[in-house]
Amino acid sequence: MDFGPHLMLASLEGAVISAILVLTAMGLSIVFGVMRVVNVAHGEFYMLGAVLTWFITSIVGGHPAIGFVAAIVVAPLLVGCLAAGADRLILKRVNYDPDRTIVATIGMLYIIQQTTLMSLGPDARPVEAPFNTRLSLPWFEWGENGFAMIWPWGLSTTSYKLFVIAAAAMVLVALWLVLTRTKVGLLMRATQQDSETAQAFGVPVGKVYSWVFGLGAGLAALGAVLVVPIQQAHYLMGHDPLLLAFIVVIIGGLGSLPGTVIAAILIGMSDGIISVFFSPTLAKIIATFLVAMVLVFRPQGLLGKIAR
Amino acid sequence: MSNGTSKTSKISRRSALLGMGAGAGALAAAGVLPGTMGFAQAQSSAPIKIGFQKHATGIGAAYGRWYGATTDAAVKRINDAGGINGRPVEVVVEDDGTDPGRGAEVLEKFANQHNCDVAFGTLFSHVVIGSAPRAGELKLPYFVVSEGHHVASGMLNRYTLQPGITDVKSQVISMAPFVANNLGKKVTMIYPDFAFGHDHRDFFSEAIAAQGGEVVAKIAIPPTETSFTRYFPSIPRETEVIYHVMVGPAVLTFVKELGEFFGPNRPELFGFIDSLEAVDIKSSGLEFLEGTYFWEGMPRYAQADQADYEKDYRAAVGVDENGASIADSKDVATYAHMFGCWETLNIIKAGMESADYQGPQDRAKLIEAVEAMTDMPAGADHPQGAKRFNGKTHQTFGSQYISKVTDGKLVVEHTASIEDGLYEDEVDYTAQSF
Repeated sequence: MDFGPHLMLASLEGAVISAILVLTAMGLSIVFGVMRVVNVAHGEFYMLGAVLTWFITSIVGGHPAIGFVAAIVVAPLLVGCLAAGADRLILKRVNYDPDRTIVATIGMLYIIQQTTLMSLGPDARPVEAPFNTRLSLPWFEWGENGFAMIWPWGLSTTSYKLFVIAAAAMVLVALWLVLTRTKVGLLMRATQQDSETAQAFGVPVGKVYSWVFGLGAGLAALGAVLVVPIQQAHYLMGHDPLLLAFIVVIIGGLGSLPGTVIAAILIGMSDGIISVFFSPTLAKIIATFLVAMVLVFRPQGLLGKIAR
Repeated sequence: MSNGTSKTSKISRRSALLGMGAGAGALAAAGVLPGTMGFAQAQSSAPIKIGFQKHATGIGAAYGRWYGATTDAAVKRINDAGGINGRPVEVVVEDDGTDPGRGAEVLEKFANQHNCDVAFGTLFSHVVIGSAPRAGELKLPYFVVSEGHHVASGMLNRYTLQPGITDVKSQVISMAPFVANNLGKKVTMIYPDFAFGHDHRDFFSEAIAAQGGEVVAKIAIPPTETSFTRYFPSIPRETEVIYHVMVGPAVLTFVKELGEFFGPNRPELFGFIDSLEAVDIKSSGLEFLEGTYFWEGMPRYAQADQADYEKDYRAAVGVDENGASIADSKDVATYAHMFGCWETLNIIKAGMESADYQGPQDRAKLIEAVEAMTDMPAGADHPQGAKRFNGKTHQTFGSQYISKVTDGKLVVEHTASIEDGLYEDEVDYTAQSF
């Protein structure tokens, strides 16, 4: 492949990775920002979203779009409720103690993963995309006959992949509006700044925590609903997104939402481009190396604030 | 005061634990002793225990499920016909998680905990390679159904045999002439990055070179990968044929993305059916496969000239004429591989009968009996076709099928004979001591 079309394909792949990553990492970041909980089970909420999508689309039947629309509404809601319940049942009981919540969420990871394995089996489940047209992309080249438009071999994307990018952007804008323009967002931000003072001012901190934990898990599930027509639902699929989400959150700054977005785009794009030009393994190596560098030279992350 | 109380309670707990431990030990000892004696006395009626190392979870789960169904059907047939040496066969299933470390532990459980006579059934090559040394140490006959060249290469040991399925080297040697003569000579290979894929890479490169062709690019993909488009730009423009073989839970995504990458202008495609095992070829996004070729170990779709014994086998393992479960037409089998379990179990039966196998003390005799086997005719015991077992290399040879996707079904276009897949011996396991 020529360099130009190659780079364009790589960027498109990177944009899809970024889009999914920004949603999962955002969930992780919000949960940490507001609750100071490092949610190790985050990848499993992602996996649950994907598996539920398969489950919902397979019982709904009819045109794939009907099942998909049902899944995009129901799956994140269900996962969110489950997470909020887990917050009430588990995290609240350990008083959100940083060490114990890590251990508790590791436990949740295994419970969710193994329950899925036992109930829905170990097979990879495909979900049909609501629409999926292959779009050949043109490339412009200065050739013998002057400026010409060519259609390079292999340079293509699908309508669904473009939809994923657009949908992630829309969710991000909606999330930003909720956080900055609504009362719920205000309560969340108040809790994030100082939960004790917020409580003194009548903010129901316990409820906010449950909502936030549910929202974080719901975002991961939403990312999974979007990705599952491209990949497949599988009980072990939560591992990679968790790792990448952690990488993003550490680079962006724990709890900093703009930092998370920037880091997700950075990591997603570099993963796409390095994977295409060199190898996916190298992309992972570089991302991990970046994390190490950030931890050494800027422990608070790109946009994080130094802990007081 | 409180200190003293807690101290006494601690001592009493400790002594209680000690007592329990001693009791458990005594129980275990008591349990083991009469057990062994009982076995010696009742050797003619006790069941023959076959440990089935199953990929129930992990990346091999789709294969594990169908290997399980085939094993159950084969054992039922053997038991219905009177068992082995008049003794019933009992299958002990253990999940290895498609993990080499766990695989070795599972063999240990078979040998020491379940007192299995033999172990059997592993597919994924890294699990076989991880488990086989332990089988040798435990002196437990280990019948694998894996396709890898690791058995015949001499890498493993006298206790590991592969009598029920052909190996990759033999498969690709018999495929290369077809690829070079019908599809093209410049081949790009896409394969999973572990032992099985490396067998494909090494032996196909050799075999296509012998046909005057060449491999222009080798693209290795980790078997746990979930997204593939980013690997495809490395396919060189000059490629005439793409040779693809992929395993793992994401094979459907792999094939789909291959189609999306090329669109209407694809080169010729020659795949190993592994890339599509347990996947419905009519899944949306796979339409581009029409007119492409696949290697099949055994034809998934019932062919026009299907033999009666194959029909019976299909019914026994619960697979319809489209290669899917009779109970659920969307549940596609790993039909091109799972016959290996059926045939291996029949070979274990034949070997045990010819060795007059009585118990674990006869394990060496069993291996010698299997090593003495040569030609096995096609039939109810060997529904995939005739086999020729090489006792020295512990590897069987058989027919290979090349099918073309025609109207959404795989139709056999070429059958490679046993002779097409033969190669020189690389090891003589019979020279090794037990």
